[in-house]
Amino acid sequence: MSDLLFFVEVSLAGLGSGALLSLTALAFVLIYKATRVINLAVGEILMMGGYFFLAFAAGWGLSPWLAIPAAIAGGALIGAVVERGIIRRMLGESPISVFMVTVGLGSVLVGIVELVWGTDPRTLPDFMGTAPVFIGEAYVSRKIAISFAVAGLVIAVFLALFRFWRGGVALRATATDQAAAYSCGINVPGVFSLAWTIGCGTAAGAGVLLGSIGGIAPTMGAFGLSALVVVIVGGLDSVAGALVAGLAIGLVEAWTGTYLGGEYKLVFTFGILILMLMIRPYGLFGTKEIERL
Amino acid sequence: MRIATANETYLADEALIRTRTQWAWTAVLAAGLAAAPFALNNYWLYLACLVAINVASATGLNILTGYTGLVSLGQGAFMAVGAYTVAWLDRNVGAPFLVNLFAGGLMAAAVGILVGLPSLRVKGLYLAIATIGASIILQFVFLNWTSVTGGSRGMNVAPASLFGTPLTTYFQLYFVLVPIAALMVLGAANLFRTRIGRAFIAIRDRDISAEVLGIPLLRYKLLSFAVSSFYAGVAGGMWAYFFRAVGPESFTIVESIFYLAAVIVGGMGSILGGIIGATFMTLVPEVLRFGVEAISPYVDNAGTLLSPVRTVVFGALIILFLVFEPQGLAEIVQRVRRFFHLWPFRK
Amino acid sequence: MPDAMKPARLDVEGLSLSFGGLRAINDVTFSVEPGSITALIGPNGAGKTSMFNCISGFYKPQRGAVRFDGEDVTRVHPPARARMGFARTFQNIALFRGMTVLDNIKLGRHAHMRTNLLQALAFFGPAAREEVELRAEVERDIIDFLEINHIRHMPVAALSYGLQKRVELARALAMRPRILLLDEPVAGMNREETEDMARFILDVKEEWGTTILMVEHDMGMVMDISDHVVVLNFGQVIARGLPHEVQADPQVVAAYLGSGDPAALMKRLAAEADAGAATGGAAMGGRATGGTA
Repeated sequence: MSDLLFFVEVSLAGLGSGALLSLTALAFVLIYKATRVINLAVGEILMMGGYFFLAFAAGWGLSPWLAIPAAIAGGALIGAVVERGIIRRMLGESPISVFMVTVGLGSVLVGIVELVWGTDPRTLPDFMGTAPVFIGEAYVSRKIAISFAVAGLVIAVFLALFRFWRGGVALRATATDQAAAYSCGINVPGVFSLAWTIGCGTAAGAGVLLGSIGGIAPTMGAFGLSALVVVIVGGLDSVAGALVAGLAIGLVEAWTGTYLGGEYKLVFTFGILILMLMIRPYGLFGTKEIERL
Repeated sequence: MRIATANETYLADEALIRTRTQWAWTAVLAAGLAAAPFALNNYWLYLACLVAINVASATGLNILTGYTGLVSLGQGAFMAVGAYTVAWLDRNVGAPFLVNLFAGGLMAAAVGILVGLPSLRVKGLYLAIATIGASIILQFVFLNWTSVTGGSRGMNVAPASLFGTPLTTYFQLYFVLVPIAALMVLGAANLFRTRIGRAFIAIRDRDISAEVLGIPLLRYKLLSFAVSSFYAGVAGGMWAYFFRAVGPESFTIVESIFYLAAVIVGGMGSILGGIIGATFMTLVPEVLRFGVEAISPYVDNAGTLLSPVRTVVFGALIILFLVFEPQGLAEIVQRVRRFFHLWPFRK
Repeated sequence: MPDAMKPARLDVEGLSLSFGGLRAINDVTFSVEPGSITALIGPNGAGKTSMFNCISGFYKPQRGAVRFDGEDVTRVHPPARARMGFARTFQNIALFRGMTVLDNIKLGRHAHMRTNLLQALAFFGPAAREEVELRAEVERDIIDFLEINHIRHMPVAALSYGLQKRVELARALAMRPRILLLDEPVAGMNREETEDMARFILDVKEEWGTTILMVEHDMGMVMDISDHVVVLNFGQVIARGLPHEVQADPQVVAAYLGSGDPAALMKRLAAEADAGAATGGAAMGGRATGGTA
């Protein structure tokens, strides 16, 4: 096999996991745009999605096609409960306090998973088949190809919703100016709930896809950290940024993982993060905030 | 009942300890700390040493997060820098352990300044994210710079020795670790009586107007990072002499969350808060251990529950305190004190 | 009075500042004589606060210079300006809520203190001496002077608006000002609080001899205590001179003060509304009428 073909295959795999990063980053952006909260627990919600699927498909023996929506609903439910029970109480507190609340939330979720399912990695029941897909001559794992397609579809749907659906417009209005949106009759608390519910549901869905590719484990939340890098690179409030940066980081991780060794993946990712923070802290597509006295 | 303090000089009014009653309590506390090792068994001495180490590190984090308003999820990594430095110096140089501790602190401070550099451009949450990135990169270094860190196997540390006596028992270590921690806490308390401490608080409360009032932001943010990670480095060094081994598993991001939780639970921006928080958070797992031991006859593998339960409880404490008692345990203590100041005239 | 506080002269020469395409200040020149009270007035949006931010170094003007006793300080960073003797208060009070009144005031001295980190940690020798000296000086020259003895140990968040403004003045005085920049010192105050503040500002001028430049909307107060008035409109100086001269200047009356005659005022407002000029002058005109009466 030629080096070039191998490179193409690695890159395709990178784009596949990049799409999942984009999807997870989208959950971040959605919640940040609406509520100005950086939800560090997105990675753990993603992990919960994987474990919910495990519970429904393997534990209860549901068909995967029922278990997937159930897992997404589970993630969405966590989002709704957290927003209603915790985040809304923190309204008006400093963003740093809310951030630390999500750090605590992540810790709680990891602990719960370890309590219920133990610390060993698990594999999810297969529902995508294993027959490889070829793009030209290049081999792509079927699961990665399907994940890529699903993630792309979901992101496209989101973009359309943002633009055309009333709820999407309300969300954008809330993101621009909460007080103004409120006085225009937009149900801002409703938008908050909606963003958390949809955001966490999305993350849980990404968790099912990710888990069916590489298995699930309580440490899976670390994927959320990579997604965090994606959001910083793309811009905290930019959907397009999440998309582009997700694919880019996916590629970088695939290349470094293959050519340098797996342990270099995170170092490169976070090296990019720190570089980005130094050069362009509001991200490639993010809005720069103007400081006022 | 105590109504007010009347001091004759400004020096007395600026002092940390202002009244006779406070002096008396301080003396009782010091005497108690000095006498405790003779009354405690080995298990409690072990805990006391651990509390001392954690108080030192939490106080450092409190300077950065509680007082300067810069959230860090890197305290564990800074401790690791201190611990590895001590272990390496101990093996390769063999300097006295106090020198090693100090060097560990300095090394951690240097790394802290490096990690704080993004504060040139970013603030608040972005900085917290930068510290996560730095922790992950440091973790990579510990794991892969095998010639210095021993890679995944880590390093063993010879016992610290004072005047030729190796400090091997918890009883001996207590008399070294507790005074060091106490000095560090005193230093932090002093810091906030001077212009430097005031500058930190000003940066936390309104960082842009602080600049117009004459405080160079970057320099003071970096200074705060340096002091905080110096504390972490010394605490990490004490940790190395206490457990006598350092490895990449010793200080993970979980450790950083532990210290953040300690500061939040104890009380951000309060010296007392750092002490109470670190003590409380060190003792929580022990209480949980008792709980797990109590149920172990009835539950299979109860021992394996300990770590996850701990993780849940740490997270839950962070959330509960931030939502319901953002000033932390220190505020509760103050409330109780105020009650007794006016007692018995008001209930 | 410390001798390092010789009143300074301030010259603004041809200063221009724009945000993107928006011209906030356009070629403004004026001087503040040592030891005088100069008022900078003008309708909302005239560029007064932008001018203040340029003078204190928070904004960098595109053209022109700010001279402090003849020395060009246009590119000097705010902390260095504080060391030279610039001190200011803020339109929206910028006290540090987590500190007591005393600590807020002491903070003002920061740039003139020398305690280094090691001395601070030990609080021994020079550090303790410096703190005690500062405390004595603050008590003697500032706390007694501004009559805030009763609140010195209170957290600033617990104070009334008027007192907070007074603490801000106290903090500015602790900066050993050679020029004091007051951004709307009596905005939002009732009559009694306004009179107190006016008295304190005059006392500062008389007892400390400090040069004072203030932005203020309260015409009565401006006319009572200023030695010199500069009027800005749309980022340009439209008049300058002694208070009574400015008051009589037809251009100023037309642009800003209102005529004092309700019928004429109504006519002018109607004309402004027709022209679609949104200068905020209407509200000003109303208030100024009371001031000139």
